[in-house]
Parts: sequence; structure tokens; C-alpha cells
Amino acid sequence: MSGRGDAIVIRSRPFHGPAAKSRPSDGRLATALIFLPPALLLFTIFVVMPIGEAAWFSGFNWNGFGRPTRWIGLDNYRFVFDSRGFGIAFRNNLLIIAVSLLIQLPLALSLALILAERFRGAVLLRMLFFLPYVLAEVATGLIFSFIYDGDYGLLASIFRAFGAEAPHLLASTQTSMLAILIVVVWKYFGFHMMLFIAALQGMDPNLVEAARIDGASRWQVLRHVVVPLLYPTIRLSVFFAVVGSLQLFDLVMPLTRGGPADSSNTMVSYLYNNGISRMRVGFGSAIGVILFVICVTFAVTYKRWFMRNE
Amino acid sequence: MSDTLATAGRRRPFDPVLLYKALFLAVVAVFVAVPLLATVLGGFKSLGELRTNPFGLPQVWEWQNYAGILFSGRYWQLLWNSLVISSFTVVLTLIIASMAAFAFAHLHFFGSSLLLSYLTMGLLFPAATAILPLFIKVRDLGLLDSYFGVILPQVAFSLAMSVLLLRRFFKDLPHELLEAALVDGCSYIGFFRHITLPLSGPILATVGTITFVQSWNSYLLPLVMLNSDALYPWPLGIMVYQGEFSADWHLILAFITLTLLPTVLLFIFAQKYIVAGLTAGAVKG
Repeated sequence: MSGRGDAIVIRSRPFHGPAAKSRPSDGRLATALIFLPPALLLFTIFVVMPIGEAAWFSGFNWNGFGRPTRWIGLDNYRFVFDSRGFGIAFRNNLLIIAVSLLIQLPLALSLALILAERFRGAVLLRMLFFLPYVLAEVATGLIFSFIYDGDYGLLASIFRAFGAEAPHLLASTQTSMLAILIVVVWKYFGFHMMLFIAALQGMDPNLVEAARIDGASRWQVLRHVVVPLLYPTIRLSVFFAVVGSLQLFDLVMPLTRGGPADSSNTMVSYLYNNGISRMRVGFGSAIGVILFVICVTFAVTYKRWFMRNE
Repeated sequence: MSDTLATAGRRRPFDPVLLYKALFLAVVAVFVAVPLLATVLGGFKSLGELRTNPFGLPQVWEWQNYAGILFSGRYWQLLWNSLVISSFTVVLTLIIASMAAFAFAHLHFFGSSLLLSYLTMGLLFPAATAILPLFIKVRDLGLLDSYFGVILPQVAFSLAMSVLLLRRFFKDLPHELLEAALVDGCSYIGFFRHITLPLSGPILATVGTITFVQSWNSYLLPLVMLNSDALYPWPLGIMVYQGEFSADWHLILAFITLTLLPTVLLFIFAQKYIVAGLTAGAVKG
């Protein structure tokens, strides 16, 4: 990101350079001194400092009151890595990423390929598929906790119609995560579909036309022309899927609160259940720092490896 | 769905691919729409009917489920709290981010690109990572259990993306405008107020819409920062409501429907900005 920003700065210098040189005190510095501090202050106080403090607090056994005094070094990190719950939460996050990439992304891509074309109802369907993305996670979670409800839910009545016993998906350690994964796909595929539709509509139609004239089949055009042109968007979609999965929380709370027996926690819901709601500041901060390291490492590596030219 | 089939059928004699496409779309449309329709309709049913007739239209339309909620102060209180928090978040974000974006777009000084990189670090990690220290900071500032305890962190976290989007737009405005204005003796601040901002309607609307939707739907920050029911925004309120009426699904569904109504209305009327903001906006970030 910064690399790209720098490039823009350098490119635009010629426009500003001469004016700046001919008027040494044209109020640029004064304006900057008025315009920048609010953003920088807020960002520093509420975003950057808490991250630094998380690293500091994670060395203490502290309940949040008074000052942190009981320094225990890296013990909190040991507690986190030794706990069964965090391992499950980490695995669940990986599971969400896997489902996002293996099910949601192909689904979004194939829908986009159909809906990027013009036909009656296409726009309406696009909007319908995008709608879940706009709805609050909490409300979505509640809607699905109704659907999964073993007594009143839609799923239960389908099972009963076939004479089978209704499952309590959310109440079993075996199925709680499956239930959440279905909601994840329901809620987010429309966003990725829209990314692909935007890319497809920006594509030069002559390329497809030329390939068709050269005798390529529909499948060949798709495989060798359209999909390669979509690679930048696919990489972007993967990026959002991973970053989004890593911070999944709001959806988990109304569905399972991470239970039963920690089976459906994500890292953030584990952080909430074990750090915030019990005010174990050191332990919770350690989880936060681990999550921070994972996010930043992923973002930086991914951008360096896959999105260098974008 | 039948539309798709009909137009598809008219175009060519018979193409099985079109049939598969239409079937695929139909299945996905059912998958998306059924939970939503069941929620809206479920709010019109009695609890008994919800169990026996979960999919169909209500046999008896129980308007009092919805009416009871609409005439309770609670529903309006929740929406009001959300509206206050989201509006302040949007206005503050727009003011602060556009000022910073203007500085990054037009005022090149030593270290400005470094400062921009510093700000865009905010895109790399979610608010949840430092939520405990953030809680302690907000508490030490005396902002716990107040609107601003939620608003200020939300603004801070939306700055990175907003500044990037606004800066990109400001840079794309014709440079001749700035040159001419400066020659005519206009100050940078005057240029920002009288030229940049009036020309930036679309991007301000886009950034404002993203920020609004995020703030309107946000759950974790208010959950951690607010204690009193009187200040709860609707995502918190809806969870409390569900806790109270745990098995009365017909009431919960009505409540969900009514709380989602503003989002759906906004989506219908501001579709353009929402889609542009949440997809294209994300791409540019």
C-alpha cells in the first residue's frame, strides 16, 4: 500500500513543485498543522496506543483495576498456547478461511459470471444476493438461531416433515461450527460476488469476442481469457475472506456464544469470553497481540507476494 | 426466476446451459430469501402457528406482535441511540478524514508520505485485537458508558480507509484549479472549503455511507463500552430482547424485522453508494 502511495506522490510532484518553490511561505505548513492533528491524534490514542499497551499488559497478571504490578513475563502467552480453547478457536478460524476459499469464492465467482450479463431480473438478483452483507451480523445470527431452533425452527420442521427427529445443530459440539459456517457463506458470498461483477463489467468485451471468433469454446474462453483476467480480483477476494474470517465475532455471539464447550469459538470470541468478560486483562491482551501478529504478518506477506503490482 | 427462464427460452431454440444457470440462480435465491421471508412472516404468526406452519403465509395475521413493539418506547429508544452514535461517527469521520486527506493530497512536506503510511497501518488489523487496552483507555478518559466512548474509537478505526478513499478523489480533481486559486490569492483552507468539498459530493456520500453502515451494525465496541440499557444501540438491544423472550420466537422475529427495516430502506434508497462504497471502496483501499 505504501509503495503505491509513494509512487503517486512522486508522479504528482511536478504539478506542485514549482508553485511550492516560488512561494516558500504559502501557508502549506500552517494548513498541515491545522488539518492533520485531529486525525493523527485520534488514530494514535484509540488505535496505535492500545496495540502497544496490549503488548505491555500481556506481561502482567492484572484484573484491570489499579495499576498492573504482577509481572509474569511471557506466562500469559504460555497459558494461551496451552489452553485447549484457543487451539480450537484457531482451528475454527482456519476452517472459516477454508470454507470461504473453497465454497464461498467459487460460488461467488460463478454467480458473478451469470449475473454480470444483462437480462431481466439480473439487477434484482444481484441486490438480493448482496442484501445479507448489509444486514447486521447480530441480526443475521439471530435469524439463523431461529432457523436452527430444534423446536420452532425451519430446519426442524423440514426434518419432522420427513418423520425424522429434529437436530439441535447449535447445541452439539459436533455441529455447532457447521451451523456457523453455513451462515458465514449466506452472509458474505454476495460481497465477493459484487467484487467479481464489478471486475467483469470493467473488462474489455473485445477480448472475449476475439477469442470466440478464433473458435474458442465457451469453456475455453472462461478458462483461458476471463478467469486469468480476474486473477487480481480473486487475489483481492481471498485477502478480504481471510481478513474477515480472522475477525469474525458478531455472528458467533447470537448463534452459540462460542459454545457448547468452546467448540465454536473464533479467536475473537475466545478473547471476549476469556479476556473481556472476566477482565483477565493480561491473558486477553496476549490473545490480542497474537491476533495482531497473525493479521499483520498475513497482510504484509500477502501484499508482498501476491499483490505487488496492484 | 421465471423471468430468467422466459427470456432465456426466447433467445435460442434450447440451450441446456441456460437451464442449468437458471436452476442454479433459483436455488441460491431460495437459499438467500427463505430465511429473510420466514423472519418477516414469522413475526405475523402466533407461537403455535410458527411451529405448525413455519414456511407459509400466516393463517391469522397477528398484527399485535409488530404493533406492540412499535408502540413501545424501547424500540424507538434503541433506534435513537444507534442514530445518535452513527450520525456523530459519520460527521466526525467526514470532517476529520477529509481534512487529513486534503493535507495528504495537496500539501507535500517532509515526512508526509511517512505519516500517510502510519495512518494506513490501521487497515492491517481489526479493532478487536486491542479491545482490552481500548476499554481501559476509554475508562481512564471517563468516557465509559457514554455515546462518545463508542463514537471516538469508531471514528479512529474508520479513518484509515476514509482518508485513503478521499485522498485518491482529491488528487484526481484537476490540478489547474488549485494552481489558479493559489495564484488568485486563495488560501489552502479557503480552497478546501470552497472548491474541494463542494466538488466531492459523491466520494463524501460513499465514505459517509460505508461509515454509517459499519457504525449502525457494530456490536463489539458498544458491547464493551456501554453498561446502561438506556444507551444501547439496536444490535445490543436486540440481544437483550432475545434474552428476555428466549422462547417467544414470534416476538423476537417481529423485533428483528423491525430493527432491520431501517437498514433495508437505506439499502433500497442508497443502493448506489452502498454497493460502490462497500465493494469499489474496499478495492481502492
